[in-house]
Amino acid sequence: MKSLALTLRRHPEWMVAAVLVVAVLTIGLINPVFWQPANIFSLLRASVITGILALAVLLVMLSGGIDVSFPAFAIAAMYLTVKAMIAWGFDGVLLPFAMATAIGIGLGLVNAVFVHHLRMIPLIVTLGTGTAVRGFILGVVGTSQINIDQMPPLLIDFARQDLFTVTQGDGSAAGLSAMVLVYAVIALGVHLMLRHTMMGRSIYALGGGEEAARRVGFNTRRTTFFIYGLAGALAGFAGLLHGAMIWTANPRDMVGLELDVIAAVVLGGASIFGGRGSVIGTMLGVLTLVVITNSLIILGVDTTWQRVVVGLIVIAATAVTAWRDRKRIA
Amino acid sequence: MTAIAQRLRRVDTNLLQLVVLTVLIFAGMAALNPERFLRPYVFESITFIAPELGLLAIAMMVAMLTGGIDLSVIAIANLSCILAGLFFHQVGAPRGPDLVNLPWPMVAAGIGIALGTGLAAGAVNGLLITRLRVTPILATIGTGQVFTGICLVLTGGPAVVGFPRLWGQIGNGTAFGIAMPLVVFLIVAGLVWFLLSRTAFGINLALIGTNAKAAAFAGLRTGRTVFLSYVLTGGLASIAGILLSGRTNAAKSDYGVSYLLQAVLIAVLAGTNPAGGRGSVPGIILALVALMLLSSGLQIMRFSNFLVDLIWGGFLLLSIALAAWRNRVR
Amino acid sequence: MTAPLIELRHIGKSFAAVRALDDVSLSIGRGEIHCLAGENGSGKSTLIKVISGIWQPDQGEILMDGQKMEGLTPRSAIAHGVQVIYQDFSLFPNLSVAENLALSSELHEGRKLVSWRRVRQIAAEAIAKLGVDLDLDALVETLPTAGKQLVAIARALMSDPHLLIMDEPTTALTGREVEALFRVVRDIQGRGIAVLFVSHKMREMLEISERLTVIRSGRVVAAGPISEFDEARITRAMTGQEIAAEGYRWTGDPRGKPLLEVAALSIPGQLENIALRIMPGEIVGVSGLLGSGRTELALALFGMKPGYEGRVRIDGREVRLDSVQEAIGHGIAYVPEDRLTEGLFLTQTIDRNMLVTSHDRLSRGGIMQGGRAAREAAEMIREMAIATPTGDRPVTQLSGGNQQRVVIGRWLLNDPRLLILNGPTVGVDVGSKAGIHRKIRELAQSRGLGVLMISDDLPELMDNCNRILVLHRGRLVSDTPAAETNEAKLSELLGALA
Repeated sequence: MKSLALTLRRHPEWMVAAVLVVAVLTIGLINPVFWQPANIFSLLRASVITGILALAVLLVMLSGGIDVSFPAFAIAAMYLTVKAMIAWGFDGVLLPFAMATAIGIGLGLVNAVFVHHLRMIPLIVTLGTGTAVRGFILGVVGTSQINIDQMPPLLIDFARQDLFTVTQGDGSAAGLSAMVLVYAVIALGVHLMLRHTMMGRSIYALGGGEEAARRVGFNTRRTTFFIYGLAGALAGFAGLLHGAMIWTANPRDMVGLELDVIAAVVLGGASIFGGRGSVIGTMLGVLTLVVITNSLIILGVDTTWQRVVVGLIVIAATAVTAWRDRKRIA
Repeated sequence: MTAIAQRLRRVDTNLLQLVVLTVLIFAGMAALNPERFLRPYVFESITFIAPELGLLAIAMMVAMLTGGIDLSVIAIANLSCILAGLFFHQVGAPRGPDLVNLPWPMVAAGIGIALGTGLAAGAVNGLLITRLRVTPILATIGTGQVFTGICLVLTGGPAVVGFPRLWGQIGNGTAFGIAMPLVVFLIVAGLVWFLLSRTAFGINLALIGTNAKAAAFAGLRTGRTVFLSYVLTGGLASIAGILLSGRTNAAKSDYGVSYLLQAVLIAVLAGTNPAGGRGSVPGIILALVALMLLSSGLQIMRFSNFLVDLIWGGFLLLSIALAAWRNRVR
Repeated sequence: MTAPLIELRHIGKSFAAVRALDDVSLSIGRGEIHCLAGENGSGKSTLIKVISGIWQPDQGEILMDGQKMEGLTPRSAIAHGVQVIYQDFSLFPNLSVAENLALSSELHEGRKLVSWRRVRQIAAEAIAKLGVDLDLDALVETLPTAGKQLVAIARALMSDPHLLIMDEPTTALTGREVEALFRVVRDIQGRGIAVLFVSHKMREMLEISERLTVIRSGRVVAAGPISEFDEARITRAMTGQEIAAEGYRWTGDPRGKPLLEVAALSIPGQLENIALRIMPGEIVGVSGLLGSGRTELALALFGMKPGYEGRVRIDGREVRLDSVQEAIGHGIAYVPEDRLTEGLFLTQTIDRNMLVTSHDRLSRGGIMQGGRAAREAAEMIREMAIATPTGDRPVTQLSGGNQQRVVIGRWLLNDPRLLILNGPTVGVDVGSKAGIHRKIRELAQSRGLGVLMISDDLPELMDNCNRILVLHRGRLVSDTPAAETNEAKLSELLGALA
């Protein structure tokens, strides 16, 4: 038992990888439809947005905080960008994504100011900023949904690309969305940043002990601003990508998504006390959550059970993490 | 004499600030809408709507008193009244006079079901937090999902509409010319105030929130006390649910979602320390009055609900900034 | 003659109205092991922070290599070769040993990218420099305290410092680990690095240091080569107190009924076969190195080690002490070691801190009897002579000594039979210390209270106890009447055990 706790502490990815394998094999056994390329591809596609947002949450959790404002930031970035594109008659890919990312950074820095300078618990800060931003979008910018007929076509075309297509047994074609590649590139970038830059290590150091980080000479202010800025950037980017992928910009979208994302990150082995967690674990956590929740239908379980399942996953994952970390806290 | 004066001054700086804030908001709203704000109707409607939010804020404060938080209060409130509603539909009828005219013992049983649900849900949170040592944030995020999920599974999504008339009386009726919800709120708030300030349990809660280790060394039963505080939180949430469903004659899995932020806001504005050890019912009542006056005034000025959300979120951030500034000055 | 490595001249530092340092002068030569001694709260940590540039002195000057330093900052102190190892080591528990070692040098070289090969290389060099063996890939949180300390020392040595300041380095170490640490310190000295060893433990100072500076209440009260000191003189300097000629005499009937009888008390890995008796009115001292099991013994008697093996009798009746509530129910009270984290509710009032143990007694049907509670708190404030006009002030406003009186007083309200004191006067100023000792003796004498006093401070035990136990590695190795032993004998015994 002791060595299991130790292994889990050093390589939390293994736990989630095992859960994923068990889940995939079980689901595949119950309903072989699961193995069809179309299903696999759609699961991968479905993990793109949750995955990018989970990377944002991972950054905040690594520093010992928690973020619930990112869905609002994502929606704000997406809606403002699409509105602006329509208003200015502009279409494209790079500039809009730059704009959405910039909006996300700006909002993320607001979180950083409150967390670093006013020393408030990140949960309460982000609850406040999230609500205020959503209130601003819906109350000031607009409540109407922008549908496919108004959406900038280049943006949609970008998100529509497939990496490759395969022909399935029944002759239908199934394509793997290129957005999976976008997600993989972002994840790789975050991984390299966390693992191989001093900024990345300073995030782990901050989560390991703020006072110790300061004494060693880390600039904790810069690190905090970087964390929330980058988390905001990822949220903003994911927001616009989400709009592009579903061909609509709905300002009421993504409500409650924070819970799924936090569930995935916790499942991936990150600790809410900071300093523990990895990109690999988080990606596996996202995939596991997406696989389980999206497979309820092919398992013949009513979709209304989805929330119960997500909730139980959060509870189980946190209970295991608490068990793993119990010594450290005691 | 001077001792008493000193004591008053010290204990009540926070309450005094809240009184000033309330008066300022009142005066501001009255000045902005001289015609429509100073009408009995405005205040009467506050006495019907404010109590459910007030109970949720008290519940949040009780959880924060030990340095925790309960993000599942809304789910508990909804689950409680959905179960009561389904019970009524079972013993009476889904609609019609059989349902409306259910006799009081049946309605009392429904109240028992709702309250029992709240207490049991709170006990689940309490067990996760004290026995499995899951962080309150993640534990209640998880259980909140599960409770909401159970609501969805039970109802399939749509609202449970139609409650007995006696049940509606709790949310809509009056007693001696006073709104029934207000009567319920004042009684419950009075009891909680008494519990927190005059009983061993309440004082233990504040002491545990101040320093859990010292509490254990002083022989306090920390686990049991914290567990009971979550049971109390769950019970308070279910009373809020009764008021909500009584007032609207319906119960749904996603009612009152925006109350979560508002409950946190009121608790923080009331001077509750989210890190534990400080919180009071009078503070909650004052903060509640201040914010209800604000939102009624804004609604009279035809601000949309979304804008009100923006202002609530902004207020939360402002109160964090104020608290930080106060601490710095001190 | 060359200038000393570091010289402090007439340093003064105040915080609000409190004079933390007053006219402190101190010089440390190259390659010297210098001991800075003083009780908790004497100004030791303020002095460390002044030397390491965290705080600027109000008066006086700091010279390094004979050069006057203006506006020393942490960065410039490090640049001048000053490294501090704090009591908590300031390590990152979630990172590997290698990374803990390499991070700061990578940071100070202004690197943006991390090369894990270089990290390992730097770390391996640092470990080799110290001549110890550590698993570079182990997470720091999995190391024992001594291992963490080695990491901290290795990290500090990486920047080739001239002066290494170690803040209470032996606090959490066992006797054997202290010896190993001393070997490392002497080795460091052999390379011409000066070490400022901050401590309040006599034996260590005499063993390791070449020169000693004792400060009390922010002033230097004694300084000189170690050969000029013996334990009595250091104690006098640290406490400002002469050792009382006469200890505590127990006048009870040795054939009477024991208050507490412990037989064959064992906790695997912590305590082994402990047997002891305490008679009413006895004050029994417990000495032993850290890790000797003295705190575990106290916790076991206070119900915090449920499932222990062995028998405990109180007033002749056999009892089980498997929870704090049971222990309290049997009249056992415990004043913990660390007042701030284990004893007090800092933001709460004196009254609440005082009454915390009396809630069950003072409430009827769960409701507190406010009047009675206020009366009892006020009486205890008077009885313990706590310096406050009213009990509704925050307990933080009290001095260390008065805070300790609150913690002791809270138990007296419950009329305990056995009072366990773990470090009863740690961080308490001299005047208050004597008062607390007087009170404890008076309680034992007049109420027939049994007292178990755990302390590092041998004079304190000699002064106040009629019997002294020595624990070592979980076993009771000596149980002697105080009249038949003395400080020198005890300290010799402890030294031999180390």
